[in-house]
Amino acid sequence: MTRIGVVVFPGSNCDRDTMHAVELAGAEPVELWHEQASLEGSAGVILPGGFAYGDYLRAGVIARFSPVMRAVAGFAAEGGLVFGICNGFQVLAEAGLVPGALLRNRGLRFLGRDVHVVAEQLDTPFTRLAGPRRPLRLPIAHGEGCYYADSEALDDLERDGRVLFRYVREDGTVAGDQDDPANPNGSLRAIAGVMNAAGNVAGLMPHPERAAESLLGSDDGFGIVRSFVEAAAIAERDPAPRAATPAGAVA
Amino acid sequence: MTQMLEREAAPEPVLLHRALGLTDEELGGIRQRLGRDPSELELAMFGVMWSEHCSYKSSKPLLRTLPTQGDGVVAGPGENAGVISIGDGLAVAFKIESHNHPSAVAPYQGAATGVGGILRDIFTMGARPIAVLDALRFGDPSEARTRHLVDGVVRGVGGYGNCVGVPTVGGELVFDPSYGGNPLVNVMAIGLLEERHLTRAAAPGPGNLAVLFGSATGRDGIGGASVLASATFGEDETSDRGPAGASPRSPVSSDRAALRSKRPSVQVGDPFAEKLLIEASLELIERGLVEGLQDLGAAGITCATSETADRAGTGILIDLDAVPRREPDMAPFEVMVSESQERMLAIVRPDRFDEVTAICRRWGLPCAVIGRVTDDGDIVVVEGGVAERGPAAGARELARIPASALTSDAIVHDRPAVPPQRRRAAPAPGAPMVASDHLPERGMDPGAVLLALLGGANVASRRPVFEQYDSTVQANTVVGPGHGAAVLRVRGTSKALVAATDGNARVTDLDPWLGAAMSVAEATRNVSITGARPLGITNCLNFGDPTRPDAFWQLSEAVRGLGDACRALGLPVTGGNVSLYNESPSGAILPTPEIGVVGLLDDSARRVGPGLAADGDTIVLIGEVTPGLAGSEYAALAGAAPEDGPPGLDLDLERRLQAFVREAIGRGLLASAQDVSGGGFAVALAEAAIWGGRGALVRLPIGSSPAVDLFGESPSRLVVSATPRHVPAVVLLARQHGLPVEQIGTVGGARLVVELTGSGATGAAEERGSRVADSIDVPLPNLRHAWEHGLARALGWESPAFASQGR
Repeated sequence: MTRIGVVVFPGSNCDRDTMHAVELAGAEPVELWHEQASLEGSAGVILPGGFAYGDYLRAGVIARFSPVMRAVAGFAAEGGLVFGICNGFQVLAEAGLVPGALLRNRGLRFLGRDVHVVAEQLDTPFTRLAGPRRPLRLPIAHGEGCYYADSEALDDLERDGRVLFRYVREDGTVAGDQDDPANPNGSLRAIAGVMNAAGNVAGLMPHPERAAESLLGSDDGFGIVRSFVEAAAIAERDPAPRAATPAGAVA
Repeated sequence: MTQMLEREAAPEPVLLHRALGLTDEELGGIRQRLGRDPSELELAMFGVMWSEHCSYKSSKPLLRTLPTQGDGVVAGPGENAGVISIGDGLAVAFKIESHNHPSAVAPYQGAATGVGGILRDIFTMGARPIAVLDALRFGDPSEARTRHLVDGVVRGVGGYGNCVGVPTVGGELVFDPSYGGNPLVNVMAIGLLEERHLTRAAAPGPGNLAVLFGSATGRDGIGGASVLASATFGEDETSDRGPAGASPRSPVSSDRAALRSKRPSVQVGDPFAEKLLIEASLELIERGLVEGLQDLGAAGITCATSETADRAGTGILIDLDAVPRREPDMAPFEVMVSESQERMLAIVRPDRFDEVTAICRRWGLPCAVIGRVTDDGDIVVVEGGVAERGPAAGARELARIPASALTSDAIVHDRPAVPPQRRRAAPAPGAPMVASDHLPERGMDPGAVLLALLGGANVASRRPVFEQYDSTVQANTVVGPGHGAAVLRVRGTSKALVAATDGNARVTDLDPWLGAAMSVAEATRNVSITGARPLGITNCLNFGDPTRPDAFWQLSEAVRGLGDACRALGLPVTGGNVSLYNESPSGAILPTPEIGVVGLLDDSARRVGPGLAADGDTIVLIGEVTPGLAGSEYAALAGAAPEDGPPGLDLDLERRLQAFVREAIGRGLLASAQDVSGGGFAVALAEAAIWGGRGALVRLPIGSSPAVDLFGESPSRLVVSATPRHVPAVVLLARQHGLPVEQIGTVGGARLVVELTGSGATGAAEERGSRVADSIDVPLPNLRHAWEHGLARALGWESPAFASQGR
């Protein structure tokens, strides 16, 4: 069975949820403790949500220096699939594995609510099974989710099709930058998720793993989890020459 | 040794014991238990352990009368939290606790540490915390100070709960001027455990090690419980300047100046440390490495050691020097009573200590052996190193107190209880249903009143508050905040846990027995209308100064009502907490019994919500209105104290009503079920319409007062909806349970229309010069707008200034 590594920092609090969703998607979740340097043969790695090391200084700023993150960076550099959710996204951004930064929500308050996002690219390891271009209802729960990059970088992202998810209104129209409840944290160009240049590392602020079962109100996120698991399974079967992109440079 | 103790004794014991919050009578009780004068340190230990907060010295005799036995009760009062079996080898642990006074002093830290403290009570039992509910009460929302407290408390609850990864799924937010100087922060936590992992907070086995792990011990929260939670506020303390403490007339007030510098009484929370503490503690328990586990809360090491020892009939020899400190030069009493957060005491077999340290190290938690379990039943504190039974050569014994004297044998006061002169009872059955003359009756526009109630600070949507909480972490939240009771699925089963909190303070103020019983009825009803079976009750009794006979009468009557209601509904009280001295210079709070309930849904798929579910469904009213508007939101809106009493409560009717709704849902007969409470029938129906996103056309027969029928809050009523072919079965089932039942309308449309019919409906319209009969006819969007914006408007959270506020 495909092994999906789920990194556990002290302060991670979505690790169990993520492992549960990975199991539902038919893979074997593997706990990767922050102090270990081995990824234990994981075909893909997920950085879950939470408050790694307490996030007292700035979200994700300390986590990037942990032994496991060195291993994850190396794995990514060899083309390994890495997916960061919420705090995991913040850690990837701090580590320079995905472009941009996540600032405090425009409202300066922690926000926990359901939002709608649309997968803009359907031919990526993170979105292949996310469903046709329709609004996906996913929960957010963060205080620092305002996506920021300079306008040049934003243009590049859009030109290269590396904006994976955008916040949209219920009717599917893209949310505005500011003062639009559909864009809960004021992210620039309503960006909720992005991908690195090599296309093997991505981050997403909303929580697909919390929307993987209809009993919990929405299973719109399950397609995202399954996309990642299946892409990892394929990468495992076919360890073809991977894009050798130096970690960090991708951003 | 005795000589040494005399040397240690305070020069002016009288002054000192008073400074520590002990009365002269209590000092006598200490002398009698020790057979000698206490040392300074011993006096400090008694001071915190005999505080109201730790000893329940005023409420113990009352709490003994509560029913505590019931199906599946695994642990009841006396443990850190109640535990009830839910089958499949699983059990639920739950408890509610107050952190009122710290939150009045430092709202963010007070609320945050309130969450941390109750979570520790849960995982100390071996349960993983799965949910938090917070019941909050504040003063007038238009006042700056109230807004400051609301903002800080809400951020504190969120800041802690969000970080430790426990969803905040429900609770209450109530405004009343009486809470202005003394807000209430009651936090309920729920945990899930495998029964085989149930862990007791006891210190068995002489020779075992007392291991302290988690944060180091500092000067924060010195005497917090005794100083803050066991005394009334004075002006100077009810501000962020802190430290908090007693008003001039309370026993703790003397010698304050001397203590002030030494006593920052509000603890500081670190949710990150708590998260590590949760994981480490649960890992220790799962690996069977601890004989007993106790969290350190009020009274710190003194409380944890004496309670665990007393439960096991043992003693503990404490090596003071071995306690890891946050700062140098801490006095012995500071180390022994510090309430530094995120600490745990584990009782460990010597041969397992290495494994315990390994796990603590893995989670980055300091851990140290601070003592040893003994068989002499004494808590002994030694400075300078310990030998087998006492001080090592050259070391000093600073305290030797029987563990029982600090806990189970602590002093108990028999307080006088005197009812107030003027009381208002519920109207006698069959009394004419007329609203008080003070209330708008003739000439009122029911639609306008409904909109005003829906937009009121106590009825409007709580979204602006609960959106600051993470309510979905752990991926078990089936129903989160905002729609009545919270529903959490139990992973790996078809079951779900259902939880709610309720407290009717206004009625408690008018009639404490009735108010407490109504609080139990409403909290359990909110669980039953999802289809779940209530398992048990936890309660937080927020009352005034127990040395005032009328305040103590309120407490004793409320406990009587709580017990009567629980017996009538067949529910055990498995734990809780008492918070007294909730007073400020502006006076006492409304007496507030806060009730927390946990229920079990065997099949989470067979669950109904309160929102109208499908157009064409029939709306059925179960139960019937009784007179009494006192204590209602309607009366508060009218700004008048009605001369009639609050509505009565028939506990047997309530029991049958809840049995009916559970059976009806279990048989799949209902599409929705909503209970009638704050704002009365009209608000209940309006909420069901808003939540269901569909209107309704209802014809409501009026007895003799539209105000009572539409806005009265008499209990034991439900507004349910069912698809037409199920209606006969619903009506039959209701009759079988001896319940009044009436089909009153149909679901559908974009408006809420309530036509008033019957003898009582005439009059008002004519006086408004209208020819049509009285009726409510409001477009759904108007209802939604009033309900959604009411709270933000009341708190001024719609102003631009708010958007730019940071912490």
